[in-house]
Amino acid sequence: MRRIILSLLLVLTAATMISSARADQTADLLDALKAKSFKAKIIAVENLAASGDARVVAPLTALLEGRLHKRKSDGAIVIVKKIDRRKFFFDALSGEKLGPAKARSSKKIRVNNRLRGILRGVLGALTLFSPDSKQRLSAARSMFKSAPSDSLATLSKAYLKETDEAVRDALARTLAATRLRHGTGAEKLAAVEQLSDFPDRDVRDLLASTALKAEGDLLAAVKSAAASIEQRLAFFNILQNLFQGISLGSVLLLAAIGLAITFGVMGVINMAYGEMVMLGAYTTHVVQTVMHTYYPGAVTQSLLLSIPAAFLVAGLFGIFLERSVIRFLYGRPLETLLATWGLSLMLQQFVRSVFGPTNREVIAPSWMSGSIEITGGLVLTNNRICIIIFAALVFLVLTLIIRYTDFGLRMRAVTQNRAMANAVGIRSSWIDAMTFGLGSGVAGLAGVALSQIDNVSPNLGQSYIIDSFLVVVFGGVGNLWGTLVGALSLGMANKFLEPYAGAVLGKILILVLVILFIQKRPRGLFALKGRAVEG
Amino acid sequence: MITRRNALNTLAAAALAVSVGAGAVTAKAAETIKVGVLHSLSGTMAISETTLKDSVLMMIDDLNKNGGLLGKKIEAVVVDPASNWPLFAEKARELIQVNKVDVVFGCWTSVSRKSVLPVFEELNSMLFYPVQYEGEESSRNVFYTGAAPNQQAIPAVEYLMSEDGGGAKRFVLLGTDYVYPRTTNKILRAFLHTKGVSDADIMEEYTPFGHSDWQTIVASVKKFASQGIKTAVVSTINGDANVPFYKELGNQGVKAEDIPVIAFSVGEEELAGLDTKPLVGHLGAWNYFMSVDAPENEDFIKAWHAFIGDEKRVTNDPMEATYIGFKMWAQAVQQAGTTDVDAVRQAMYGQKVKNLTGGVAIMNTNHHLSKPVLIGEIQEDGQFDVVWQTEGEVVGDAWSDFIPESAALTADWTYPWVCGNCKKPVYTN
Repeated sequence: MRRIILSLLLVLTAATMISSARADQTADLLDALKAKSFKAKIIAVENLAASGDARVVAPLTALLEGRLHKRKSDGAIVIVKKIDRRKFFFDALSGEKLGPAKARSSKKIRVNNRLRGILRGVLGALTLFSPDSKQRLSAARSMFKSAPSDSLATLSKAYLKETDEAVRDALARTLAATRLRHGTGAEKLAAVEQLSDFPDRDVRDLLASTALKAEGDLLAAVKSAAASIEQRLAFFNILQNLFQGISLGSVLLLAAIGLAITFGVMGVINMAYGEMVMLGAYTTHVVQTVMHTYYPGAVTQSLLLSIPAAFLVAGLFGIFLERSVIRFLYGRPLETLLATWGLSLMLQQFVRSVFGPTNREVIAPSWMSGSIEITGGLVLTNNRICIIIFAALVFLVLTLIIRYTDFGLRMRAVTQNRAMANAVGIRSSWIDAMTFGLGSGVAGLAGVALSQIDNVSPNLGQSYIIDSFLVVVFGGVGNLWGTLVGALSLGMANKFLEPYAGAVLGKILILVLVILFIQKRPRGLFALKGRAVEG
Repeated sequence: MITRRNALNTLAAAALAVSVGAGAVTAKAAETIKVGVLHSLSGTMAISETTLKDSVLMMIDDLNKNGGLLGKKIEAVVVDPASNWPLFAEKARELIQVNKVDVVFGCWTSVSRKSVLPVFEELNSMLFYPVQYEGEESSRNVFYTGAAPNQQAIPAVEYLMSEDGGGAKRFVLLGTDYVYPRTTNKILRAFLHTKGVSDADIMEEYTPFGHSDWQTIVASVKKFASQGIKTAVVSTINGDANVPFYKELGNQGVKAEDIPVIAFSVGEEELAGLDTKPLVGHLGAWNYFMSVDAPENEDFIKAWHAFIGDEKRVTNDPMEATYIGFKMWAQAVQQAGTTDVDAVRQAMYGQKVKNLTGGVAIMNTNHHLSKPVLIGEIQEDGQFDVVWQTEGEVVGDAWSDFIPESAALTADWTYPWVCGNCKKPVYTN
């Protein structure tokens, strides 16, 4: 009995000794991350990954995210985590909480792009069997570029075990890529075959780099696979261009539609129109900043709230402008042009003095950043999709207002025949102010959308004013549908010209085309007809 | 109503007031040293240049607190050229002739510098130019404290080609369409040729100022990069266009590990209005980063925050260049014992000032500095982490060795050269 207990004890101590020895070994490996050169750090990461110790996932993830630090007091490697806006140190391996992290009491362990790529591959291999399917998916994807040669067995095992469709696909793609890189001759040929089912840029890149080194059968197979992928990518490319054209068109539409009302319907050349857009963008910034102090994290809500806020701010300001300046200048286009140009400069400088000359940050809600991958070669960015939808909504609502509301009716009456409208009892000056307010308010809405894709700076409006006038003039003055068609066709033309002509020449070409077009049809695409239209 | 006589009277009174004011200024000039500040405070460039105006004011404030220079107080004369290039020349003339300043700190864009250059040469005054630029210039009247191409562009590309930088062999040169990007890319292309990169592996694209729709270009960069050779992007995109460019990069999922973008005009200030999470790992090449851990830098940041009254404001490379330029000028005046332009110029050569990032900057006889070159990767907090830096200081080269026309040219403003662009010594002025 005693002997048994003794031997049991012996075994136990041995076991703990082994495990503690192993822990020490992992800790030693972790210490190697303190090295200065990135080369040494890469070796340390590879050693950690090869240690087979599951606890290395936490420090490696922290390293990738820039949260792995070296504590200055004792040189220990720790993980920094934020809990309720305060930073704490945690033990890198055990995850034990070590106390609050004071500023400058630790130094971040730096990573560079090369190390980051290797870390993603290594972490992918370590998290390939994670219970979370999202994590497995990102693991499978991240291993595509950097799976180590010894991971083939692990990958096949994961592939066979996998039940989730998306993850299985990603694994098949990564497996084929890894086979092509590290497999035998026959395996490589099979891998090329499999890869041609995934027509995306990364696969194209991999095949091209293989072709540089391959010869014989493999070279022929790679070349034909690459050609077939290239063909499908070319098709996607047209779709992509189409999307980009619609997206640019919708931005132009948003920017121009308010102008279509003030310039098109009222005939006022408002050079300060761009500044209304800018006011809308700054309103978004202010709403977000205020919301952030009271409800941090309510990014989506603040963006939604800034839509009516921007409309009101820009709209009221527009009414103020109309009442104080523009109404005295009706029928004198040159004076209006100069006065509003001056106003635009004043507004810019005003915003510059209040908010400072530097760009203001507007945080995008998470659902607006990133992109949707329709297939490998076709990527639609979320913020652009949102703007297309937003532009369509604004256009729809505006058309409905003008068509079906009482105000819309009066507005059209004043536009078509001011004297007659006055005679039937419409207060045309009031309608002027409201119309100008509506146009400016819509400009404010455009500002909300533009804050998501452009700078929120005092110059924001200036960069859109020319394009907006171009759209309105091209589409036909006084017609919202003309603005829609004008914006979309200019957007399309721009995006289909740009790949061939370049951005600078493309823009010039568009201008020349529009000038030629105006020569032919001075009233734009959709000219208002009838004798009521004032010449 | 103002009658004509009234108006005339007012005018006369105003003229009198102005002349009295001017008289007061000249009387005062005996006791103060005047420093002109020629940075745009309105218009497109205000975004970058106002910071530099504040930096100069901070340096002057600091110097005055420590007793001034040659026993005199320093007085700043701030003018606003409003991002208008011809106005730069007018304002420069006004500073020199009307305000009688002893030195001018100013300009950002190369086109504004080119516009004031003849004024400074004609009136023999002195300009300190604090921004990285395309080189191919050395004026007797300008001291260039920003980086020349060999202190920024060339090391940056060398880094991208190195093992640590990813070993890129294919390059996209993206830029805004004006003199700085075009000249820099010309130098880079010639440099890449010497490294065995053929024209087929170089894509060059230019966009207008303030370009905001980057969808097509980012897509075509992705296409160019999927040809089996490691590709990197070298960006000389300037000003406002950067924010939509980086947003598009992030949204289209261009990761720095796959296609790194190195920028020469994007610093802490430009990143301040941006969510940098999707941009981690993209690079910047400068002579200074705010994140560098050095005692001089810590003091500088502290002083800046105290002066501007905002703990969130960042510092950047052109600010350091302004700092070095101002310190050198003050030392040179001290040494010369006068603010006379010719005397101060002679005293400038070999002037040393500690860099904010460690080491010492030296003014060379070609009016360019010797400075260290740093490469940093963008982090989540909008700062850069230095991933590589030159061993010591790099001597600024006014005339690039990679452009055939300028390879043989030398700039040296000390005897026997006294010339900014010649092939053999010139003995007289």
